[in-house]
Amino acid sequence: MTVNVYVPTPFRHLVGNRVQVRAAGANLREVMDDLDTQFPGFGAQVRDATGELATHIGVYVNQVEIDTLDGEATALAAGDEVAFIPALAGGADVVLTPEMVERYSRHLIMPQVASVGQRRIIEARVLVVGAGGLGSPVALYLALAGIGKIGLIDFDVVDRSNLQRQILHQTDDIGRAKVQSAKETLLSHNPNIDVVLHEAPLTSDNAFEIIDQYDIVVNGADNFATRYLVNDACYLRKKKLVDGSILMFDGQATTYLPGQGCYRCLYPAPPPPGMVPSCAEAGVLGAMCATIGSIQATEVLKLVLEQGEPLVNRLLLYDALSLEFRTVKIRRDPDCPLCGENPTISELIDYEEFCGAPFPHPEEEEAAV
Amino acid sequence: MTSATAPTVRIRVTAVLSKLVGGQKEIEARGATVAEVVDDIEASYPGFKDQMYGEDGQLQRFVNVYLNDEDIRYMGGAGTALSDGDVLDILPALAGG
Repeated sequence: MTVNVYVPTPFRHLVGNRVQVRAAGANLREVMDDLDTQFPGFGAQVRDATGELATHIGVYVNQVEIDTLDGEATALAAGDEVAFIPALAGGADVVLTPEMVERYSRHLIMPQVASVGQRRIIEARVLVVGAGGLGSPVALYLALAGIGKIGLIDFDVVDRSNLQRQILHQTDDIGRAKVQSAKETLLSHNPNIDVVLHEAPLTSDNAFEIIDQYDIVVNGADNFATRYLVNDACYLRKKKLVDGSILMFDGQATTYLPGQGCYRCLYPAPPPPGMVPSCAEAGVLGAMCATIGSIQATEVLKLVLEQGEPLVNRLLLYDALSLEFRTVKIRRDPDCPLCGENPTISELIDYEEFCGAPFPHPEEEEAAV
Repeated sequence: MTSATAPTVRIRVTAVLSKLVGGQKEIEARGATVAEVVDDIEASYPGFKDQMYGEDGQLQRFVNVYLNDEDIRYMGGAGTALSDGDVLDILPALAGG
């Protein structure tokens, strides 16, 4: 019988740095002998000095621990999945269960992720502002990837007009709190994660308390007041901010690292009320949300994994009508009142006054996008 | 009117602004500076300039203009000099999420 064997990171040097190898045997003992023949030294890693299976190694067949089967005598069939999972030193470290090894296998086989990266993903804490058009695909892909703690902040309830683009919510959710609907969807996709709900508008009073619980913030807000608030709070608390916005057929995305420019450097002041329409006023192509939201989720995962080049000091522009992506440069403005050389903003301000428009409120129908 | 010998540049606008220029995504205009180009566009599409300048006569701070992918705020602002074939992108802030 040929079975597939998952090899944990500490043993991969023995098998040519592969995540999966194949081995033959009618039962687990024979498979372990075959592994040691193919990869000398493998047996020494999984057996103790007396030849018994080492107690710090968990062995799973098709995700079932062999102690609940027949131990080393467990019979195997062709195509069975065998996994060796060592307990990790340090207690606090995340251990990937066999369920996780299978679920995240397409991550684990990439050297840029591997089990070290997947554990980073599982330990990451990300706040998604808005459970709407952008927040939906962002939160969904972060949940699927296994981000261990996903915070959602939104005060709104699901409206039928949301369903054209907000993929966390379904027809039966109309009238429910968006965060509740969102949590249910996310956990049904991945029960391994923790979804923390903040069912309130984000304000200058609660922003620090909420943002402090996370490492990275993703902006999916639908109004300028919240966008400036999120920007200022992230800079003042030294949080990474992955920004995105959409309208009609246009999308923008960028990543702000504290001290390397901010939303105020890009757009120093909000438009007077009425000068730039909202999605409720001008519309938005629903599929745009996935394009920009997926880019935001990608940025979060790259930051967590410390891989690649984040969209820092670059504004990505997406024009759906011409189907063109371009980037323009964003510079840190030395005169920026928040992150410049002589800042005048050192705490959160009154964003309703700054924008000349109130935050959307729960009682306002059609307020959120 | 802008001089007929002034450089010709291409201007790309977002979907929100395209309604101000006859529904086009990209137009051509002439001008030796960004300000002159905006004046030239205004001559063809009255009302465009009001979207670009605030009551203080300065370029709006929520509308960014990029010359060949650089923000003109860090070049010469509205006075930034232009050459034939330059590309201007006009990008208002978007708040939709």
